[in-house]
Amino acid sequence: MTRGQKKLLLASVVFAVFLGIAPNVSAMHVMEGYLPLGFCIAWGFVSLPFLVKGFFSIQRKLQKNRKNITVLAMSGAFIFVISSLKIPSVTGSCSHMTGTGLGAVLFGPSAVSVLGTIVLIFQAVLLGHGGLTTLGANTFSMAAAGPFLSYGVYRFCRKCRINRRVGVFLAAALGDLFTYCITSFQLAIAYPAEEGMLVSMVKFLGVFAPTQLPLAIVEGCLTVIIMITLENYAQPELRSAGYLENEKV
Amino acid sequence: MKHSDKKAIAVMLMVTVLLIFVPLVVLKGAEFGGSDDAGSQVAEEIAVDYEPWFHPVLETIIGGEIPGEVESLMFCIQTGIGVGIIAFFMGRFVERKKWENRCKSVQMPDISEKEKGTELKHDEKNTCN
Repeated sequence: MTRGQKKLLLASVVFAVFLGIAPNVSAMHVMEGYLPLGFCIAWGFVSLPFLVKGFFSIQRKLQKNRKNITVLAMSGAFIFVISSLKIPSVTGSCSHMTGTGLGAVLFGPSAVSVLGTIVLIFQAVLLGHGGLTTLGANTFSMAAAGPFLSYGVYRFCRKCRINRRVGVFLAAALGDLFTYCITSFQLAIAYPAEEGMLVSMVKFLGVFAPTQLPLAIVEGCLTVIIMITLENYAQPELRSAGYLENEKV
Repeated sequence: MKHSDKKAIAVMLMVTVLLIFVPLVVLKGAEFGGSDDAGSQVAEEIAVDYEPWFHPVLETIIGGEIPGEVESLMFCIQTGIGVGIIAFFMGRFVERKKWENRCKSVQMPDISEKEKGTELKHDEKNTCN
């Protein structure tokens, strides 16, 4: 990262922290129009550093090797596919997955922030799913918090010498669940129940969590499937992305 | 692809299909609405008098809710774009590996095969270079 890039990143972090602690800011997808304006703006600024960092991260990866763009495009496309599928779950309602685990494991979490945001904008504009006003909040939950947890889980599994594929599975599944936990949290602080914010959060979690649990397993499976195929057919790309560093498949 | 890899993929596909279709079969008559919508219902329960202050852009333009069929079209477009990109690159990767392997196996017995008098096909030679 060059100095100019570092400065820009730092500036956006400072901006975000400043706004995050500003007291006058009274916040899956949070639905369009369901977050008060203050929350929309605040979450937007909180997501900003992730996007800036992600942009530079992608730029660096592509400078290192132009060919990285193929697998990067594939992990973006994977988010496209996975997040467009509404899947029936045990609770009798439908939900969809995030698909961000694959990109996070391959390219690092911040690169996924950019990919995820593209998907979120697509859905917000064309599908009325999520929303432009809640874009910041959704970006934070799906394209920042989820991938970062995925990446952390994957790294942790590697450190503990857990089988790589088990690591990928856990990363994808937990990242998916975490995304919805964050969404519950975002809704809860925007809609604190009379008994307090925690009660409200439990309520939202009660809606999302049981629906999401089987889907998280499905997401884990699908991510591992595509990872196995990539490991078999795209080894040079995976190596240059940094996924198969000095490892034998 | 190793045999164990194929097995792993088959098992995980089965788990996926089961997890998706079992609820459909077991929970007969369930509505299977979106949990995002369920989320907004909870929000409305907590803040009874809350009015969404902004409506989706496309809904504003066409002045009403997006028709269900059109919405499914949009979702299909999204899936289609994604699958298209994945399939295109995956196809290239698979073919590349096939050619690489063929070149490896062609180059080594190259001479011996010629000695036997079995000429390699013209196009096979070219692609390996």
